[in-house]
Amino acid sequence: MTDASADARRPQEFEKVLTGADTAVADFDTHTRSTLEKIQHFLHSNPAAVPLIVLVASVLVFGLIIGGKFFSAFSMTLILQQVAITGVIGAAQTLVILTAGIDLSVGAIMVLSSVVMGQFAFRYGLPPSIAILCGFAVGALCGWINGALVAYMKLPPFIVTLGMWQIVLASNFLYSANETIRAQDIETQAPILQFFGNNFRMGNAVFTYGVVAMVLLVAILWYVLNHTAWGRHVYAIGDDPDAAELSGVRVTRMLLSVYVLSGLICALGGWLLIGRIGSVSPTAGQFANIESITAVVIGGISLFGGRGSILGMLFGALIVGVFSLGLRLIGTDPQWTYLLIGVLIISAVAIDQWIRKVAG
Amino acid sequence: MTTEPILTARGLVKRYGRVTALNSADFDLYPGEILAVIGDNGAGKSSLIKAISGAVTPDDGEILLEGKPVQFKSPMEARAAGIETVYQNLALSPALSIADNMFLGREIRKPGILGSWFRMLDRAAMEKRAREKLTELGLMTIQNIGQAVETLSGGQRQGVAVARAAAFGSRVVIMDEPTAALGVKESRRVLELILDVKRRGLPIVLISHNMPHVFEVADRIHIHRLGRRLTVINPKEYSMSDAVAFMTGAKAPPEAAAIAA
Repeated sequence: MTDASADARRPQEFEKVLTGADTAVADFDTHTRSTLEKIQHFLHSNPAAVPLIVLVASVLVFGLIIGGKFFSAFSMTLILQQVAITGVIGAAQTLVILTAGIDLSVGAIMVLSSVVMGQFAFRYGLPPSIAILCGFAVGALCGWINGALVAYMKLPPFIVTLGMWQIVLASNFLYSANETIRAQDIETQAPILQFFGNNFRMGNAVFTYGVVAMVLLVAILWYVLNHTAWGRHVYAIGDDPDAAELSGVRVTRMLLSVYVLSGLICALGGWLLIGRIGSVSPTAGQFANIESITAVVIGGISLFGGRGSILGMLFGALIVGVFSLGLRLIGTDPQWTYLLIGVLIISAVAIDQWIRKVAG
Repeated sequence: MTTEPILTARGLVKRYGRVTALNSADFDLYPGEILAVIGDNGAGKSSLIKAISGAVTPDDGEILLEGKPVQFKSPMEARAAGIETVYQNLALSPALSIADNMFLGREIRKPGILGSWFRMLDRAAMEKRAREKLTELGLMTIQNIGQAVETLSGGQRQGVAVARAAAFGSRVVIMDEPTAALGVKESRRVLELILDVKRRGLPIVLISHNMPHVFEVADRIHIHRLGRRLTVINPKEYSMSDAVAFMTGAKAPPEAAAIAA
């Protein structure tokens, strides 16, 4: 090592043997894969494939067991109607979970927004369309508080949204004084609140506007997540926030925008909720939180962030809908539905872990 | 070298509480050179590099880029000024594709309404440019530029990170321990990449603990000790043990003559 100047420009002694070595370090071609590895790679690049396969299979199985009663346009669209709200709230949940967060307050924000829409119209006599805008504003505000606490205060999303869940739900009961606005009153005085309950028929198929809104929302978010810079940044943040920051993603601003958008989508969910149940009730939608997380997880979206497709969430919500309706038509104890959904959740996470091993 | 330095720092000070990481540190980088920065652990190399790349704001002192004073408040501002950094952890998003990673934070949008109204990314253009860059650096036997970075090996990932810096760095490329996590063969490839980038006219700041690598590629070696520049040596005139002796304080450095080099 004393005379480094002489051989400073040449490869080191121990590296000389490398001249005989394979130089193709950055060769990207891969060895021939086994069928299982091929499947693993396919699922890795198509995260919505598993839930889609499970969805199609469960529809076929229930169709074979139950027959025409299940396998009809009416039943199929009934499932869509039943999962419309889960799909919308699940879309909000998807955005947050993709950033490696979780939003436990989605259900509460949805109910509070629906109550604000109703009460602003009936208690203060605002024009219903203005009341609806106020509902969206409240949803966005709740999302903004979540986002500010997560992005700027760096608090864990689980804790922030757990707290907000209680705060928002309590505000909802305090503000509404536990008072329900009856469906008939809404129908006569502010029918626009029930807008998403309207439906149109195509043969036996019944589509509510709520179903159309849910499908449109998922389609738009799919586009945004996959084909815009904002969407790519959502994935990058969930993947590795430090790397994203160093690569030039404004992580705090992005997180704030994700939570605000999530709040807005929850408000849309609140509007759909009025259409679905007809009335404005502060006690409605109690299970929206758990249902949205279930849809996201069964849909193959990783709770660790950065992986999964919003289409998977929609398939996940539909799988739950298919199981509920199918088992009800068979006439089993409804507890079987919950039992099977539990099995699906655990299987989905197990498959997610296996697919992640594709790296390397 | 008689030319003006492209990047200069004078009297940089950075304190973390009672620890002084940078104690009036100086720094000079000349056009077209590879400047290695070496120093013991805790000598303040990282703080120096972070100050230059915008990751920390120094408490005092000034940074001049091509003679003009600059103040970077974030890595993004340094990037906008043409200073690209390859971080030790590479700063890649594993689940995103090679092309997505290279353009993260500076995506190309489609022309016309699709881009301005619908914010649609121009995947084809980004993939084309990413492929060109990787080919230029001899990294291309890639069949699928859309494949996720996590499916690549360590050397391949380093290649993507270097290609990203070379593609966008218009003035300076900073590389922090680019060979630290790599095997012998992959290190060799990365060193060749560094020389490739130099041949394309970009000056490089190389931070490394690996003396053989430093002595092999560097034109000048900046030795950092106790928060400041101790000296700058020419690797042709000194041995690795000299460098280690200066760096650890076992031997007094040569006079400031070397700094002008």
